Amino acid sequence: MSNVNRCGIAAAALLLVGTPAFAQFSMSFAPAAALDLSGNWSPVLDEDVPERIPGPELVNYAGLPITDGARLWAESWDASRLTLPEHQCQVHVAPYIYRGPLNLRIWVEKDPQSQRVIAIKQYISTYEQNRTIWMDDRPHPSPNAAHTWMGFSTGKWQGNILTVYTTHIKQGWVRRDGLPESDQATLVEHFIRHDNHLTHVSIVTDPVYLTEPLIKTQDFQLNLQEGQNWLYPCEYVEEVSGRPQGEVPNYLPGKNPFLHEYADQYHLPLDAALGGAKTMYPEYQQRLKVLMAAPAKK
Amino acid sequence: MVTNVFQSWSCSRFLLLCAALAAPAAAQPAPEALDVLPVQGNVYMIAGAGGNIAVQIGESGVLVVDTGLAGRSDAVIAAIRKLSNKPLQYIVNTHFHPDHTGGNAAIRQAGTTITGANVTGNLTDAHDGAAILAHENVLNRMSAPTGKVSPTPPEAWPTDTYVSGEKEVFFNEEPVQIIYQKAAHTDGDSIVFFRHSDVIATGDIFVTTSFPFIDVDHGGSIQGELDALNHLLDMAIPKHEEEGGTYLIPGHGRICDEADLLEYRDMVTIVRDRVQDAIKRGLTLDQVKEAGLTKDYDARYDTKTGIGSASTFLEGVYKSLSKKK
Repeated sequence: MSNVNRCGIAAAALLLVGTPAFAQFSMSFAPAAALDLSGNWSPVLDEDVPERIPGPELVNYAGLPITDGARLWAESWDASRLTLPEHQCQVHVAPYIYRGPLNLRIWVEKDPQSQRVIAIKQYISTYEQNRTIWMDDRPHPSPNAAHTWMGFSTGKWQGNILTVYTTHIKQGWVRRDGLPESDQATLVEHFIRHDNHLTHVSIVTDPVYLTEPLIKTQDFQLNLQEGQNWLYPCEYVEEVSGRPQGEVPNYLPGKNPFLHEYADQYHLPLDAALGGAKTMYPEYQQRLKVLMAAPAKK
Repeated sequence: MVTNVFQSWSCSRFLLLCAALAAPAAAQPAPEALDVLPVQGNVYMIAGAGGNIAVQIGESGVLVVDTGLAGRSDAVIAAIRKLSNKPLQYIVNTHFHPDHTGGNAAIRQAGTTITGANVTGNLTDAHDGAAILAHENVLNRMSAPTGKVSPTPPEAWPTDTYVSGEKEVFFNEEPVQIIYQKAAHTDGDSIVFFRHSDVIATGDIFVTTSFPFIDVDHGGSIQGELDALNHLLDMAIPKHEEEGGTYLIPGHGRICDEADLLEYRDMVTIVRDRVQDAIKRGLTLDQVKEAGLTKDYDARYDTKTGIGSASTFLEGVYKSLSKKK
């Protein structure tokens, strides 16, 4: 992990100490001389590259605080589900999309009369997503309102850190090997600029599929070249001809043929591969030693 | 035989709601405030009156899909009147359950049917009430043969039923399709497609607040439920990257689009596959309920008791799949 990431996580941790994420966020902050985040930002991909570019291995849930329900969801997930027409253009949700490979453009929308900032806008090239972070203290919509991939976001400056709270996010994933994130998840983010480097800290709380908040960081570098935002149109095609209507590829419980593949490849006990909050913390190394000393069982 | 759903729902979501409304005044919580949201085009959604209510407004008048619980009719009528003061001409029932038809009588009375006898006069003098459109099986479930006691008063019954696959209405400059979904949530389900607004009211075929309730005792079936969900998926067209475009008003819960419906369809299909496999392996219904076959969805959809619970859903799927063909 880079020093910048450590710095970002430390900042996030300081902000979170003693109060729940949203309670912390909802506190009143005096208006500050905010930084300008405007510009084209290119992802710095040296963090978690194997997961972000080639993609995670199947049944690699290590280091994620998932529930038992999330694990069963993922074990039942057959990657062929993504060949269903309606799944082909599915987008990364807001908590995940900054792990994508393409650029991020940020600009500010101001009231033409007062020049007060109404919103901070983003165009995320990965899947052509437009995001609005409302800065005008408007309330979040009714629980009965529609959800979107990017959700509904409101932001506040906390000193030089832009903190964003997002609700109304569609169901998505926390890892691209079937681990789900529910439509009940909420997101707190911190955008931290250090000169031409931007650290994005995301804290996902999901009462359905996570046992504790999941904190991740991503980094971006300011890109001064024009024309750095790509298009990502998607139209579905028939990828599997003759598939019966209504069929949903899935593995019955206990029948996932890839259950041991990742664990075997890296000579890990299955317990580690199956993740859970315990696998996030240093204390798990002691358990790992015990498990790895024991005869392998399948 | 027409059974009385108002008795058979003794453990239902409906009666839980009614129990709250019937509690002593001192302990009685204030009724849930109605939540009125614009959906798209001419269509709005009213939530909080039982089942969701879709409201289509325009120059011609008002059309509502479902009428909520009986006790919420005054609030529903007031909410509709805030959206439009034009004549309330049509009510469409997606199915017969009382959280969707309970307000039929009162809301019908607040409306007007424009007929050949009154179009030349002052429309406000037409006191026939709104027309209530539904599949024939809704009328069958809400009424009773002559000489038998009807589960609902005649004022609440559909006034205009259809028996074939579809009924069409052109209203507020918009084609409205009322499409029968055979043996799905019940045996009388309709979905309502507002073709210009690009909004579909799904009834309880699709809900976001619980597992689906397959009302096998009233003609529902898991295959019909899945057929209906897949039909809805075929009808919905997203605008961009599987988002927006066609919007859906579920029977309960929030406004949705195709991506939301898709995850729900996947869940219902996967649980069906698991129950089917369990039946093949000879598991009894009790064993199926104990097997944790919905564990990956329980935290999202299980209401724990009554309609919408994992137990009731599994029972509906099991009984439906076990029926002799």
